[in-house]
Amino acid sequence: MMPELGHYALVLALALGLVQSIAPVVGARTHDAALIRLANSTAIMQFAFVAVSFAALVICYVTSDFSVATVFENSHSRMPLIYKFTSVWGNHEGSMLLWVLILSLFGAMVASFGGNLPATLKAHVLAVQSWIACAFYLFILLTSNPFLRLPQTPAEGRDLNPILQDIGLAIHPPLLYLGYVGFSIAFSFAIAALIEGRIDAAWARWVRPWTLMAWIFLTLGIAMGSYWAYYTLGWGGFWFWDPVENASLMPWLAGTALLHSAVVMEKRNALRVWTILLAILTFSLSLIGTFLVRSGVLTSVHAFATDPTRGVFILAILVMFIGGSLALFASRASALKQGGLFAPISREGALVFNNLFLTTACLTVFVGTLYPLALEAITGEKISVGAPFFNLTFGPLFVALMLAMPFGPLLAWKRGDLLGVAQRLVAASGIGALVVAVVFAVEGGQSVLAPFGVGLAAFVMVGALVDLTERTGLFRLPLTTVRARASGLPRSAWGTAIAHFGIALSMLGIISAATWGTELIAVVKPGQTVSLSDYELAFDGLIQRPGPNYSEVVAKFKVRSGGRTIGAVEPSKRSFSARDMSTNEAALMTRGAGQLYLSLGDAGNDGSVAIRFYYKPMVMLIWLGAVVMMLGGALSLSDRRLRIGAPKPAAKSALAPAE
Amino acid sequence: MRSVASIAFFIALIISSAAFAVQPDEVLKDPGLETRARDLSRELRCMVCQNQSIDDSEAPLARDLRVLVRERLTKGDSDQQVLDFLVARYGEFVLLKPRLEWHTLILWGLPPVALIGGMFGLFVMIRRSKSINPEPAVLSKEEQNRLSTLVESRASDH
Repeated sequence: MMPELGHYALVLALALGLVQSIAPVVGARTHDAALIRLANSTAIMQFAFVAVSFAALVICYVTSDFSVATVFENSHSRMPLIYKFTSVWGNHEGSMLLWVLILSLFGAMVASFGGNLPATLKAHVLAVQSWIACAFYLFILLTSNPFLRLPQTPAEGRDLNPILQDIGLAIHPPLLYLGYVGFSIAFSFAIAALIEGRIDAAWARWVRPWTLMAWIFLTLGIAMGSYWAYYTLGWGGFWFWDPVENASLMPWLAGTALLHSAVVMEKRNALRVWTILLAILTFSLSLIGTFLVRSGVLTSVHAFATDPTRGVFILAILVMFIGGSLALFASRASALKQGGLFAPISREGALVFNNLFLTTACLTVFVGTLYPLALEAITGEKISVGAPFFNLTFGPLFVALMLAMPFGPLLAWKRGDLLGVAQRLVAASGIGALVVAVVFAVEGGQSVLAPFGVGLAAFVMVGALVDLTERTGLFRLPLTTVRARASGLPRSAWGTAIAHFGIALSMLGIISAATWGTELIAVVKPGQTVSLSDYELAFDGLIQRPGPNYSEVVAKFKVRSGGRTIGAVEPSKRSFSARDMSTNEAALMTRGAGQLYLSLGDAGNDGSVAIRFYYKPMVMLIWLGAVVMMLGGALSLSDRRLRIGAPKPAAKSALAPAE
Repeated sequence: MRSVASIAFFIALIISSAAFAVQPDEVLKDPGLETRARDLSRELRCMVCQNQSIDDSEAPLARDLRVLVRERLTKGDSDQQVLDFLVARYGEFVLLKPRLEWHTLILWGLPPVALIGGMFGLFVMIRRSKSINPEPAVLSKEEQNRLSTLVESRASDH
């Protein structure tokens, strides 16, 4: 009963989506208020039906209904409840249902909270949102139905891929999808504006909170995915420049550029055409990411060619939406006048610099990810593009961005004073240079890049603090004035400084873990002690331990530092009988911002075991930095909501002081 | 078994099987050579894996390649000679950083071209916006009069 209910609810959502695709557009043409209002109810009801459909699938999984094909293939009756739940999206079909659930959620949110939008703009936004939704409902119903029944009900499921039986699956994909799909709102706003042929600073003000929200989720989603990979993979890497990672990085880079250009548009009514283009590109990159991951084209061009149904369907969606939106853009963009002039050295100029480098970085990732596929498809030649390529090309672009980062917020709008800003950054540059010198001296000149990188991170961090002290007048003005200024400072200004501080933290973590991490590869016997950096590791022996749906071999170790025991670590190897697969559970011990990381290799006959033991100084800063960036974004978001929620902004605007 | 790649998320692709790569018995005694071997291993692709370097992969082929790299280094090959040897044997596919050649021109060239092109485009735009927008025009006497009457009439409304 449940699978049929879920299937039927999804068909109803499609029907509502079709209505919503047409009615509001017609309503906006014929000035029919009833048709325009209809979109609000259909958007909310669409979400309700997709939610019912999703809930039905969840029930199938949680009750282990193996008559449903996807449940049989991806679940097991002895799996812990949390993994029964998360395996709903641990496979292609279910993850697409999660995709449309989030898409319809965003549609419903625009319908519910978009009360301050002009009626026709809102109608068009909801219609475009529904076009996307319908395409994906059809994709699920025609090629990836998660509710298909098996002719005979198997007694037991095939289990979820053991690698995915992790709390990471509960956190990472939903966050990533909230980010990916969240950019659809910016896309819909851009298309709606192009259809209406009207675009102004107010548009940027409406679209910015949605973009910011998607960006926050994507930032956190990528960071959580990176941490998941780090502790699951067993060798402590945190970013691999894998095509699937790149697929999530590209919308992040474009979305970050969009956030910055939308600021210029909102404040100065400039960069309008560019901002619209970025909004289209950001979601297009999300769609391309979906195509790359979902079509199987990454596994091999040939695998894609042998079973192309899904891939071709998504490719058609891609061509339709990206091609259609860019064609619309090309035909309408010339009508949009560029407003708001500014000198090259100005806040706007700095944001243009940011956009140029972020989009080039995005292009670099794009070319690096797709070039091997294109080359193989066209000439049959096979080349590999991996981490060494990306480090070499992407790295310098990001260094340039970081160097410019502290200048941007300190420059004035319209016409800035670079010399004046440089003077205000003397402290930051001084501290940065000092850090370079100190690190270089301590390191004994082993590496040139690392001291420079740490110095750059310090420069950006101090620069963010300088921005705040300049704005609040700290150290210059009496404390009471500073307090008043600090509380009067827009939250977006705090958000900017905090987010910039966060990315410098991440950079520091990456450099530190990559440069000063130490590693020990050895075979240890019970009773033996090995040492690495300031830590000693004593091996106590192996024990067998049963788990709910696996059995594991656990290696017991004691960690000592400075002659005293600071704790125990227990890395293990788990064997999952249902899939005949095993996973390697690394043991982590956090020391300050650094981590000890221990993973197991093969066990010998004499009770010995191969180990790989790492000390990764400051590695936690990588993800902490991302969380700080997210908090900066959240603070900025709360600022916008207050502003947008303000009653009758027009009446007040005459009195509001300029920022 | 369904291929791991068909599973949803980016983590799944990276992991073919979680375990570790370089085995204790592979490690060279000479730390200098071992460091060079590790650095080279990160530049070489495990050809049966998805986008993994031989340093990260635990596939048997990756192990063979790691041992091969170490053999060549012990025999006194330079880093470049080791790479050349492997390319001759396995093709360019083995390099994670493709060489700059005709068929990789777009790959290497597009990012810098885009950056320079973008800078040039911005430069042209700034030049042009300056030339079409000279200093704000001064109001003619007639316009000035009309403006004052308008302002006065607005003021008298209140």
